[in-house]
Amino acid sequence: MATTPLSLEQLPQRQRATVAGIAWDRLTAPEGRRLRELGFDEGVGIEVLHRARIGGGPIACRIGRMTVALRRRVAGAIHVATDQLG
Amino acid sequence: MNPAPLVALVGNPNAGKSALFNALTGARQKVGNYPGVTVERHAGRMALPDGRPVELLDLPGTYSLEPSSPDERVTRDVVTGTQAGERLPDAIVVVVDASNLDNHLRFTLQLIALGLPVVVALNMIDLAERDGLKLDPQALARELGVPVIPTVAVRKRGIDDLKEALADLATPGATALRPSDPVLHADIATLQRRARQIAMAATISETPVRRWTHALDSIALHPVFGVLLLFVVLFVMFQAVFFAGAAPADAIASGFDWLAGLVKQVMPESILRSLITDGAIAGVGAVIKFLPQILIMFFFILVLEASGYMVRAAFLMDRIMASVGLSGRAFIPLLSSFACAVPGIMSTRTIEDEKDRLTTILIAPLMTCSARLPVYTLVIGAMIPNVRVLPFVGLQGLVMLGLYIMGVAGAFVVALVLRRTVTKGASSGFMMEMPKYQLPSIRDLAIGLWSRAEIFLKRAGTTIAFTTIVLWAMLSFPQVPKDSAVSQVNYSVAGRIANAIEPAFRPIGFNRDIVLALIPAMAAREVSVAALGTVYAIDSSSDDESKMAQTLKKRWSLATALAFLMWFVFAPQCISTIAVTRRETNGWKWPAFMVSYLFVLAYVAAGLTYWLATLAGL
Repeated sequence: MATTPLSLEQLPQRQRATVAGIAWDRLTAPEGRRLRELGFDEGVGIEVLHRARIGGGPIACRIGRMTVALRRRVAGAIHVATDQLG
Repeated sequence: MNPAPLVALVGNPNAGKSALFNALTGARQKVGNYPGVTVERHAGRMALPDGRPVELLDLPGTYSLEPSSPDERVTRDVVTGTQAGERLPDAIVVVVDASNLDNHLRFTLQLIALGLPVVVALNMIDLAERDGLKLDPQALARELGVPVIPTVAVRKRGIDDLKEALADLATPGATALRPSDPVLHADIATLQRRARQIAMAATISETPVRRWTHALDSIALHPVFGVLLLFVVLFVMFQAVFFAGAAPADAIASGFDWLAGLVKQVMPESILRSLITDGAIAGVGAVIKFLPQILIMFFFILVLEASGYMVRAAFLMDRIMASVGLSGRAFIPLLSSFACAVPGIMSTRTIEDEKDRLTTILIAPLMTCSARLPVYTLVIGAMIPNVRVLPFVGLQGLVMLGLYIMGVAGAFVVALVLRRTVTKGASSGFMMEMPKYQLPSIRDLAIGLWSRAEIFLKRAGTTIAFTTIVLWAMLSFPQVPKDSAVSQVNYSVAGRIANAIEPAFRPIGFNRDIVLALIPAMAAREVSVAALGTVYAIDSSSDDESKMAQTLKKRWSLATALAFLMWFVFAPQCISTIAVTRRETNGWKWPAFMVSYLFVLAYVAAGLTYWLATLAGL
């Protein structure tokens, strides 16, 4: 499996990936906890489904079997590895 | 005698807990409040198959036993037996979303570890199957060590099985907590991994299918079509409120007129008859008339919420909200505030960030609530010419739209200022689970609408009836002597008060009658229509609305009318809003701030409008 270091923010739409790591220090404590509660964890499958407007709106991603909306700043702290080069 | 066993429904948000609660209890529900906190307590009664009664508690949805909002704290405190005013439940029904086991089982593990008897309701099993997921409830029960019942709450499936399972468990006082269980002290990541293992063991097969939710989302969340769709939805909603609500509103109004006429026929002319017809019936009728419109508004909001669309709307609005320092989450309470600020302010509880929540509460009254609608309708109908400025676009409708837009624009400016001053803080986040789309069940909608109608009618029967009667008394006493040249209004207590404070409002174009109507408008805005009605009815004994419009035309200049409308865009809100703000912010500081800033804003806006209109020669 080829991997490219990317943040969730940069991940192309509909490109399947897995969470490679989360920069917890770039998040506030409540943000970190909520991310964990929503199932963000190393090794979990992830995919960007939708991006709201080009102007920096939130993104919607699939994490596990759930769809979660988050802002780009938080998405930037989530590192992902793409499942295959595409 | 032992009290009925207490069973708590617990689960993640979006697990379908409330639908299950409705399916189990039907209409036998009571909404109260936990002491000291602003969290609603939803309780209901149901009977077990053997006839024993059970008290059922619907606890706020939460992701773990580590609370991050007041709602979530109540859930934790109830299941750990530390919530004031609530006994420890005798059993727990953990509601999990069948298609989201990975995530929901983590919290389930924590709840099982508490030591209370547990039944798991494997809910929305139909949606999981629709998504190509086949589950084995028996395997899940083996892994968890507790009974697992597949349910579809919105279609009332699995409810009897769930009751059977509860009958085996719920025995009062037979339970003890295990505070030392290692699961309760495990970190989230460890529990999450365990939950994933169990979910895998309970999954028979998973065939990827074209998911409805994804297909719908590619339209609903589309940067262009999604926004268009949102505007269409909002447009349809407001059209329905104004047009579909008008006919039943007229019917209710004529019903009250008929009632007043009946009283006038059977009772001789007296002060008591005046109290009943001019005070109670006219006042309460003027308010109950709006029930259809309020219910239509709530119907749309309930449908949008239950279908899962509301979160999509929040997603689309997040960018705009962020530009004034709020999050997309604020969109939901603000939209509800168009119906009424009270439920709107109450629904800010889902906003985790304190400053964010406070800002949303403070601007909620700027959304034009349905109670202001009668004021707008009356004044616009009387004072703005009914001409078309464009094909299909009437001037009256345009003015109405303008008032709504003024409110929203005002709210955005105020939010921007507040976030840089009194509610200064780091920009809050937006992180939200987006539930699957779902057809709302008629029963859940009916129960939701009924409880809103009940609250509204109670308010109409108490606060509003009381204020209109007090106002009637203040206008009727002391009674003017028969041969006096002074009018009854001027001679009355209310008239004297209004005359005394009128000079303060003269610069912004308000006459004595308006000042008189503003006093009771503090109780409820819609009362000001009733109040104007009462003022003019007592003065000229004309009580129907077209006559009232004619009276307004005679006594008000257009500049005054416009100033009056602007006042109501920003007007200090009604007593219910102030009361709910006090409750939600735990003190008088913020409601006092809210009333003061809105008063200043209303005065300045009305004044500017009056002066500009006068300059323009209106």
